[in-house]
Amino acid sequence: MATPSPRRLQRFGRTERTLHWVHASAFFVLLGSGLCLYLPSLAQLVGRRPLLKDIHVYTALAWLLALALVVLAGDRRRLLQTAREIDVFDDDDLAWLRRRGAPQGRFNAGQKLNAILTAALAFLFTLTGFFLWYGERNHAFRLQNALVVHDWLMYISFFLVLGHLYLSLLHGPTRHSLSAITRGWVREDWALAHHAKWAAAKRREAA
Amino acid sequence: MPDSQQPRERHYGRRGFLLLVAGGASSLAWAGPVASFLSPLTSAGSQLLGNLIPVGGWRIYTISGSMPIFDPASWRLRIDGLVKRPRTLSYDELTALPRAEQVSTFHCVTGWTVKNVHWGGVRFQHLFDLVQPLPAATAVRFVSLEQPYEDSLTLEQLRLPDALLAYRLGGQALSRPHGAPARVVLPEMYGYKGVKWLTRMEFVATQPLGYWEQNGYDQNAWVGHSNGYS
Repeated sequence: MATPSPRRLQRFGRTERTLHWVHASAFFVLLGSGLCLYLPSLAQLVGRRPLLKDIHVYTALAWLLALALVVLAGDRRRLLQTAREIDVFDDDDLAWLRRRGAPQGRFNAGQKLNAILTAALAFLFTLTGFFLWYGERNHAFRLQNALVVHDWLMYISFFLVLGHLYLSLLHGPTRHSLSAITRGWVREDWALAHHAKWAAAKRREAA
Repeated sequence: MPDSQQPRERHYGRRGFLLLVAGGASSLAWAGPVASFLSPLTSAGSQLLGNLIPVGGWRIYTISGSMPIFDPASWRLRIDGLVKRPRTLSYDELTALPRAEQVSTFHCVTGWTVKNVHWGGVRFQHLFDLVQPLPAATAVRFVSLEQPYEDSLTLEQLRLPDALLAYRLGGQALSRPHGAPARVVLPEMYGYKGVKWLTRMEFVATQPLGYWEQNGYDQNAWVGHSNGYS
């Protein structure tokens, strides 16, 4: 290459990336199998309800197990650090939510909200899913509303994921962040524009 | 902290997470009433979105995307097959038969349930008396106006005390979404066995596979004991 390539900043470690992709792939299998159980037009196309139900339930179990394994075997300190960063909102974050432009850390306030909402959805999906599954076996656990809530969670997460996909795959200015979750790094010039505080801290670190 | 300009930090993340989880978990208690409160809204939405949204506890499923229209003047229920006296009933003739009422729970195989459903209609025994099944007949094939939907039940199942050919729901004539003018009701089995928009009952020697059974669903759809439920 004739032109020097811009410096790369490490944004996500292996553990974070694995966690993301375990969650993402499980989500789409669960969404697909769930919709086939729920929407008559799809149920018709696919049929085989008991098989789909097994796929749905066992994918959910595998998902939880894999998340636990990644946390146990992965870089827990880094995960904890990430969780801390997502937890904390400073004045710039609040300013950013009102109007874009305030300098942001490794996560902007929108990404923090997305992560928090996703974590809550995961927890609630598991809770209502457990009641749906166990309620069939033990009728004391059969909650009338578990299915309604499970459905609502599906609608919320469906639209959340649509937005997530738009920003990470289509929207020009933000699309480069995909590199962080696939290869782990982003270009420094991009980081300076989108995550100024983080990029500056990285620069200080390197100096 | 080295930087005196350090912006104030707020732990909104964990607070937001806990609030969302608490709100979501509590919705297990209030989601039902809220869903039925919103049902006028969601029912308008479900006209647009097809079968996506539940209405008043019910979800209306069609296989063709549009519901058959009931015309009282032209609708007929054909009862034929392995019977001594095949009959074709008009709506008035059907409703003139002795009426039975029952309150039962409706279970859908997808997991939703509607309790205390008030049905009115005809017990199948009255129809059996009318057409007199031949000894070879073991089951009835129910054909819907919504093609190609059909399903079947054995004569034994149709003699269960709460098996009903329903033409009333909640004290009113059966509405179009619920299968006007008449549908099969067997509370012990999942709803897909209860053919809506009924137009024909054919007595047969061997029970055929219905619409969903051809898609791998169980022939005997006992609630809680079929289709992967145990």
